[in-house]
Amino acid sequence: MEYMPDFKLHRPDNIEDAVKLRAEEPDALFVAGGTDMIVNVRRGIEQPKHLIDITAIEELKSILRDGDGLHIGAGVSLKELQSNADVLRDYPAVGEAARAVAGPTHQEYGTVGGNLCLDTRCLFYNQSEWWRQSNDYCLKERGDTCHVAPGGKRCFAAFSGDMAPSMLVYGAEIDVAGPNGRRRMPLTDLYRNDGMAHLTLEAGDMLTAVHLPKALAGSPSRYEKARVRGSIDFPLAGAAVRLEMDGKTVKDFVVALTAVNPYPQIAKGTDAYVGRELTDEALDEIRELVRKQAKPMRTTTVAPWYRRRVVGALARRRTEEFAG
Amino acid sequence: MSDDAKQSAVRCTLNGRPRRDFVPDNMLLVDFLRETVGLTGTKIGCDGGECGCCTVLIDGEPRHACLTLAAVCDGAEIETIESLDTGGRLAAIQRGFNEKLGAQCGFCTPGMVMAAEGLLRENPNPTDDDIRAGLAANICRCTGYVKILEAVHFAADELAGRDKEAAA
Ligand SMILES: Cc1cc2nc3c(=O)[nH]c(=O)nc-3n(C[C@H](O)[C@H](O)[C@H](O)COP(=O)(O)OP(=O)(O)OC[C@H]3O[C@@H](n4cnc5c(N)ncnc54)[C@H](O)[C@@H]3O)c2cc1C
Ligand code: SF4
Ligand code: FES
Ligand code: FES
Repeated sequence: MEYMPDFKLHRPDNIEDAVKLRAEEPDALFVAGGTDMIVNVRRGIEQPKHLIDITAIEELKSILRDGDGLHIGAGVSLKELQSNADVLRDYPAVGEAARAVAGPTHQEYGTVGGNLCLDTRCLFYNQSEWWRQSNDYCLKERGDTCHVAPGGKRCFAAFSGDMAPSMLVYGAEIDVAGPNGRRRMPLTDLYRNDGMAHLTLEAGDMLTAVHLPKALAGSPSRYEKARVRGSIDFPLAGAAVRLEMDGKTVKDFVVALTAVNPYPQIAKGTDAYVGRELTDEALDEIRELVRKQAKPMRTTTVAPWYRRRVVGALARRRTEEFAG
Repeated sequence: MSDDAKQSAVRCTLNGRPRRDFVPDNMLLVDFLRETVGLTGTKIGCDGGECGCCTVLIDGEPRHACLTLAAVCDGAEIETIESLDTGGRLAAIQRGFNEKLGAQCGFCTPGMVMAAEGLLRENPNPTDDDIRAGLAANICRCTGYVKILEAVHFAADELAGRDKEAAA
């Protein structure tokens, strides 16, 4: 048996109790499927005094469709998400992204909320206790130097969740429950460009649901990631594309990226292609546009230049497929 | 809500038998199975979620015992490799691994077998691609996977054959 910190486990059956517990205890953390949190606890990266397991909260587990669109509870598993007929028909990139997360066993119990709130990742951070200790830890956790950019005071750990881009291209919104009640906000506002604190959630805030708008249901989309092993691996780079054509010209076009920055982002500048044909030159421009916005650092075993190039290539390829 | 002690009551069904336990809150299911219950078939091959050696079925679905807290299994039905045989007779999936040499060193085998068992329950007639996708979270250093594909096909065929007999 290895190191496990001595925490108390709570299993509230409703959102209010979970949020209250989290807000009251500074050393409390949420755990859903645990496919990232328990790894980090075992490695001593997280040392909670209280773990709040949210899998007993029924309210988080449903997928509902109404006149506004599709409402996906944060506790829905990636397996259920990729098996849902509405998701597959109306928001195809979302199903594709769910199938691309980790391996099939992780998808059985890994959740949508855990994926969107996934901690950022780095070669110098996602390591065992003795490994990190031998390197004097790093800025993100207990240390005072960043081994990726030693001069600076910033952390460049990459956001490496697969779900976010597939939802960003649909302009997804999220519900957050906090000590002061519930609020709705755009998914983009969940994130900021800071590897050390990439989520804008305050202590006590819980992501409770994701909303995909009805207006974009059926809008064609794809998600593709590059990874070391095809079977099971975090993305080195990932791109979702949503593209509607009007004959030969572009009608609506959004690209979103993951794993190439500390936060998942919508690529800027794709609206300039609305009304244009997707010629080879236009596709090459789109590839460069995406590459310029990807700023991967040496946070994986694979070199940053490759991840920058590949994210552009993924976006170009997926765009070209829709252009037909 | 639970009291202040850092332990929880767990009522679960383990390999068909109901149990009641008090487990430390920070105990992993894999340690509960191996250390508390003494079922050492479930293996630990990595420091969390990478290898699939610890795969068990919870409510019929494959899950990593190394990323699951024992206390969270309250109310769950847990099946480990020890549950598969009936009175000493191997289950179809175990016979598949035996007949087709799907195991070499055998360390990945309990997890691989449980993941394959979960797959077959959901999809009794898998293609090569279905098996590859269904076992993608399980790593084997020895076999090169070809023999494992054959083992799963063997089990699927055998189960289908028995179904036909039953129907006839
Ligand atoms: C070997 C391996 C490979 C992996 N590969 C991938 C991959 O390719 N792509 C990928 O995206 N992920 C990957 N993962 C990570 C993980 O399996 C998935 O991201 C999964 O979706 C996380 O969900 P979870 O429910 O298990 O999250 P947990 O581990 O329970 O939680 C993750 C984080 O989110 C927080 N959280 C959970 N739910 C909420 C909520 N409702 N509100 C606020 N905060 C919350 C937790 O506090 C924690 O910080 C991999 C993991 C492993 C072990
Ligand atoms: S980018 Fe630097 S500070 Fe951030 S996790 Fe990696 S080494 Fe640590
Ligand atoms: S022991 Fe490796 S995945 Fe559980
Ligand atoms: S048989 Fe040795 S690891 Fe699979």
